[in-house]
Amino acid sequence: MSDATGVLAADLAPEQAKTPEARVAGAMHGFAQEIGALSAFRLESCIHCGICADACHFYIATEDPQYTPVWKVEPFKQAYKREASPFAPLYRLLGLKRAVTADQLVQWQHLLFDSCNMCGRCSLICPMGIDVAALIEQARHAMFDAGLAPKELYQKAAHQRATGQPEASTEPYREQLLAIGTRFAVEIPLDKPEAEVMLCVPRTDIEHYPSAVAALARVMQHLGISRTFRSDGLVAENYGYYAGGKSWQRDISLRLIEQAILVKAKTLLVPECGHAYTALRWEAADLYGKPLPFTVRHVTEFLADELQAGRLKLAQAATGKTTFHDPCQLVRKGGVNDAPRALMKAMGIELDELKNHGGFSFCCGGGGGVLDIERAAPLRYRTMQNKLREIDDTGAETFLTSCSDCRRTFDDAQAHFSWNKSTHSLLELVAKNLAGAGNRT
Amino acid sequence: MDLLSFARGPALKVALAVFCLGVGWRIVGFWLLRHRRNLNKPRASVLKFLSEGFVAVGSRSWPHREFIGRTGAGEALGYSYHLGLFAVVLLFTPHILFLGSLFGITWPGLPSSLITMISVLTLTLFLAVLFRRVTNPVMRMLSNFDDYFSWFITALVMVTGLAATAHIGGPYQIILGVHILSVDVLLIWFPFGKLMHAFYIFPSRAINGALLARKGAVS
Repeated sequence: MSDATGVLAADLAPEQAKTPEARVAGAMHGFAQEIGALSAFRLESCIHCGICADACHFYIATEDPQYTPVWKVEPFKQAYKREASPFAPLYRLLGLKRAVTADQLVQWQHLLFDSCNMCGRCSLICPMGIDVAALIEQARHAMFDAGLAPKELYQKAAHQRATGQPEASTEPYREQLLAIGTRFAVEIPLDKPEAEVMLCVPRTDIEHYPSAVAALARVMQHLGISRTFRSDGLVAENYGYYAGGKSWQRDISLRLIEQAILVKAKTLLVPECGHAYTALRWEAADLYGKPLPFTVRHVTEFLADELQAGRLKLAQAATGKTTFHDPCQLVRKGGVNDAPRALMKAMGIELDELKNHGGFSFCCGGGGGVLDIERAAPLRYRTMQNKLREIDDTGAETFLTSCSDCRRTFDDAQAHFSWNKSTHSLLELVAKNLAGAGNRT
Repeated sequence: MDLLSFARGPALKVALAVFCLGVGWRIVGFWLLRHRRNLNKPRASVLKFLSEGFVAVGSRSWPHREFIGRTGAGEALGYSYHLGLFAVVLLFTPHILFLGSLFGITWPGLPSSLITMISVLTLTLFLAVLFRRVTNPVMRMLSNFDDYFSWFITALVMVTGLAATAHIGGPYQIILGVHILSVDVLLIWFPFGKLMHAFYIFPSRAINGALLARKGAVS
């Protein structure tokens, strides 16, 4: 069953039902909110060379031209030319650019959500220097306003905005967190009125990798830093970011910001979660409307600083031949390149780097919310095979990463392809190799 | 008034006026849109990220090692014909004299025979670029009237210029008139189409490079 715009009702939540006119109006409103001088400059600068396709794992895996990154923003380029560009009146008068239609928007849902991880690799190849990934993120905002965010992302974002959790759980995450502390015999400081560091957790870790939650708690306990989790700001992920709901992204970020301010934290520590880092480190202040009164650090950055200051000592890890996946949001879009390598080096690990590593690493395939979109799974599996080959080619016995969503994507691939590799958390490895007293008190 | 006088007289004046006003408005027009401040704390110092922006202007001229295998040939083709165009436009003595009449300065040119060879080579590369645009599925999908007309008018300028230099295709005065008229059309079209990338390319690279460097990311 489909609505008037031909979009399958199964792909959208009931609350997203709109008339075709309302979808176009929503998209254009969202687009107008987004378009500024910088994005206009990016749209103006495209020379249609198509080179961005050669950076995109979706195009490389399929050779399907529709997956060319800049094509994914085509309706918004069209809207810009017609509605906001310096010669817009001319375009409209002469009918040179048609108005964007609801059918177009529906068609582009697949391109903007199912087949883009917002990994930013395309932004490194463009000879004109266009940040294509930034345009795609803005296009997602307009699609959200058109009621065309995929159901899974929309519903999780709505739930997280309302309750703090992206999904209902049998036990609230707060209780699960305390249970993890008991199970792994590690202190879980919760709801302390003041702390130097505020901690949060990926819900992926709570649900799938409780040992990673315990590792975070254990490392912080070892360092003896004043710290706390907060019941009202527990989840690191931001489904508003994935779904393209900018005001929802803001509301979800605010939960953490307000709690960090309340406890007078100097640092908000982002756990092993890539997009949470982008949302909090690089976007939260803009949505908050002023600079954050604390620093936002990824856990690997924080630990690398502790290492350098001599407060963290690590034992040699017996990992054998080891390789590492650089999460796109942390490295390419976040600049956290050296910290994980410093930690691995301190544990005596000599990395066998992937062919494409650091800022040029291929995405795991699950980023940008793609892992959550059920219908995107066949394309995701097809796309990520190149990445799995690169990992296999290193001959590594141990495969590490520092993002729980990447880890879950690889674990899903392990089950799907009967792949012979398990993916391990760098943080868990650090926690297993803590050496010395470490406690600063 | 004959064709040549028209082409390098009133037509050129109109073309230059449209070019200057059009280019100016196209840049000012989008720059007047809203500017947003980055409120997040930069990882790099202002000096570092601005200098990285300047570096990106040059470094983006050639793909990163990771991309060369897939894009090196295409980019080499693109840059080659651009170099050819620059050589012909800026180093052909009659062009230097013409530009000298506009800007008041001249510089040494290359021998005509060498310019002719470069022109033929550039035109050949230009045909290869068109062939690539219509046969490569990605480029074909992205292409619109702007891409083909910009190609056509630039090619027309090159072909008529070659014909005028080689004295083929008709009386010299007529061919030269057509050549200059095609330049006039190119100048009028310039602000409305993708030829504007001549003004955008370096600032665009610099801005993206600086913004990535601001986050400490590779650019």
